[in-house]
Amino acid sequence: MATASDARDKNWFIDKFFQSLMFVCGISAIVFVVGIFLFVFKEGLGFIVNDMNVAEFFFSPKWRPTSLHHPTYGILAMVAGTAAVTILAMAICLPFSIGAAIFIAEFATGKTREILKILIEFLAAIPSVVWGFIALSIMNPFIITAFDVPMGLGVLNSALILALMAAPIVTSIAEDAFKAVPDTYREAAEALGATRWQTIRKVVLPAAKNGLLSAGLLGVGRGFGETMAILMASGHSINIPTSVFDSFRALTATIAAELGETAVGSPHYQSLFAIGIFLFFITFLINMTADFIVRGVKKG
Amino acid sequence: MFEATSINHRNDQVQLRYKIVFGTMLVILIIPVVIIMFTLISKGSHAMSWSFLFEDPKNGMTAGGIFPAIFGTIWLVVVSLLASVPLGVAAAIYLSEYAPDNLLTRLINLATINLAGVPSIVHALFGVGAFVVFFKFGTSILAASLTLAIMTLPVVIVSSWESLQSVPRAFREACWNMGATRWQTIWHVVLPNAFTGILTGVILQVSRAAGETAPIMFTGAAMFLPFLPNSVFDQTMALALHLFVVATQVPDVPESLPFGVALVLVGIVLIMNTVAIWIRMHLRGKKKW
Amino acid sequence: MVSTAQNKIEVQDLSIHYGAHKALGNVSLTVRTNEIFGIIGPANSGKTSFLNAVNRMDMMRPNMNVSGTVRIDGIETRSWRNVYALRRKIGVVFPLPVGLPLTVYDNVALAPRLAGTAGSKADLDELVERCLRRAALWDEVKDRLNHLGSLLSGGQQQRLTIARALSQSPEILMLDEFSIAVDPVTTMRIEDVLKELKEEITIILVTNLVQQANRLADRTAFFLNGECVEIGDTETLFSGSAKDPRTNDYIGGKFG
Repeated sequence: MATASDARDKNWFIDKFFQSLMFVCGISAIVFVVGIFLFVFKEGLGFIVNDMNVAEFFFSPKWRPTSLHHPTYGILAMVAGTAAVTILAMAICLPFSIGAAIFIAEFATGKTREILKILIEFLAAIPSVVWGFIALSIMNPFIITAFDVPMGLGVLNSALILALMAAPIVTSIAEDAFKAVPDTYREAAEALGATRWQTIRKVVLPAAKNGLLSAGLLGVGRGFGETMAILMASGHSINIPTSVFDSFRALTATIAAELGETAVGSPHYQSLFAIGIFLFFITFLINMTADFIVRGVKKG
Repeated sequence: MFEATSINHRNDQVQLRYKIVFGTMLVILIIPVVIIMFTLISKGSHAMSWSFLFEDPKNGMTAGGIFPAIFGTIWLVVVSLLASVPLGVAAAIYLSEYAPDNLLTRLINLATINLAGVPSIVHALFGVGAFVVFFKFGTSILAASLTLAIMTLPVVIVSSWESLQSVPRAFREACWNMGATRWQTIWHVVLPNAFTGILTGVILQVSRAAGETAPIMFTGAAMFLPFLPNSVFDQTMALALHLFVVATQVPDVPESLPFGVALVLVGIVLIMNTVAIWIRMHLRGKKKW
Repeated sequence: MVSTAQNKIEVQDLSIHYGAHKALGNVSLTVRTNEIFGIIGPANSGKTSFLNAVNRMDMMRPNMNVSGTVRIDGIETRSWRNVYALRRKIGVVFPLPVGLPLTVYDNVALAPRLAGTAGSKADLDELVERCLRRAALWDEVKDRLNHLGSLLSGGQQQRLTIARALSQSPEILMLDEFSIAVDPVTTMRIEDVLKELKEEITIILVTNLVQQANRLADRTAFFLNGECVEIGDTETLFSGSAKDPRTNDYIGGKFG
């Protein structure tokens, strides 16, 4: 009587089907990351094989892909500009964001805390093209008047915008890092008579160190990858910037500005994909490092 | 006794001082945003009217409304959701309910983190290389939406995963013990209880997809189109790109016009976020266990 | 087939490991049809792991390794092609009640619905009522079958889980320290129910209350630190004639 009841029924097959389907969807993220690399690489390959001079690509500041007689493809000026802006933006953003995170995690309570977190979420949701527009229409005249310079688009403007854009992300990751520090640490420190600030400085900050580091790194990743806002805020001229008021051109912005004007398959078109590969690797490295740092903490 | 009290008193003062210092840092972050929002609203509200929202652009986009852009953004967001929500939720189900603790799962997690970190312009390059050129969709809503979908996929995966994980394991155990298959357990018990959380994530994703510009620039969004799209193989205008265009590409635009577009865009994003927050709070009040 | 109608479950050399940790070692026992088989022992003695091995929940736990054999009706459980059908034959009640966030009615109706045996609305109504009555819960919830099961009191939720376990018409009912979350009066009522149920199904009663085993079980096994110390007729064990001194000490209340 019991012997036949172990037969596989409809539910069993449905279960197996969905298990396979979920698995296929589950690995989609891997498929897409590999796919992005392959497709961008495929389009850029022609340039890398035929037209690219490695030394020129990385060490020449001259990006003249449309020159008729002697096109040059150097990204040094763009890398320098992007790096300068990212570093400046982080220098502005990190202290304030970490300070804000300390306030939210350690001092704010109840309603205040909740409202602050909602505000920060709102901030993070503002689209980058709107930030770019703010750079053009609000920041630009402000910088011109405040510093008495002929043009307000450039390193300073981009860095300020980028700092504001990165602030909510850095703040919320930093807050997570503080929250991950067990309360027992704080209680132990306070039981020994430490004030709240002493506790934060001697106990909470050191314990959250890696989380803060990875928050900073993700901010840097955002800086390198940001496109629309920087495109609109940078002034878009190809120089190695020497002052914070200098105009510059970002790697991302170059692709955004020029891709529409190139013929599919031309060396210029392919060179933009080569920049894409470079960006892919940079952000890949930054994200992996940030992830590694955070996981290192969790294991410890 | 007396001395101890005075030390405590001094410590309280020190603590208050630090609270003020960090509070100020937070306020400094928030003030520019308040100023910016205020400017957006005060300058953009001049442009705001029914005709602005529901009419076509006129005079080379220096006057008239932005209806085709709003309409196109809705198209793009809806089609991208159709692709990313089922895929993202399914991926989250795999990670939360099936995935063993092995190398492959670790790779999936790494890939998800990376997908979220890939610059939007690289997503655009992928969209061009894969959907426009390789799959021959041309510059179309389909190509742009799929690019958007892949870009926002990590948001869906992570938020859905968190919602699934918040359903107590005991519910699953109870179902398994009554002879339910894994899938029945997911379908009848886990998903219904994670639904509100997943919905919140999807709404936040809508706000993100509506604001993206770079991924759609070369894959399906057009600067100006004299007609509305009819199918996913047409190009379309889009709000985010429209803001870029009227702010940088079109000469002699009256100041209030781009502010108006920016205000509509920010308005959509903020409304979406408010809805998501409202659902989340509502959910907290109505916990079923 | 060696199995006889008298042996419902036959366990041979059952060992359970969680990673490197051994939860249960070399247990061999048989549970007879229509008996209440008691398992007593202090915490961490492997009782719950034993139940999980019987209905093959090790499948759902990546680090749980089971060796040895469990036969139900003479068939090795690991040779069952459809493990879900196996689990449908076995109702389980947990120490802490888990009311699913469904209505009271749906909690009880879920198992037959999922198994596709629900039948007509009237049949299902009748089944739900019968199960709730048997679990001594019907009178308290008959007016609020549409309320959330997860919001009932702890004791009511526990009886709800019993009703739920009965709803799949199991041949075997496994109860794991069911009285932890239930008041003494309800416990006694459920115990009466179990005595009735014994006429139809086989019951494994894991309990931390030695006297509960004494009241209910026909035969009792004593588990200690992952070892099955002794199996015997409840009467024999509780009359002080256990073979192993540790059993006497535990039953006598000297430890545990």
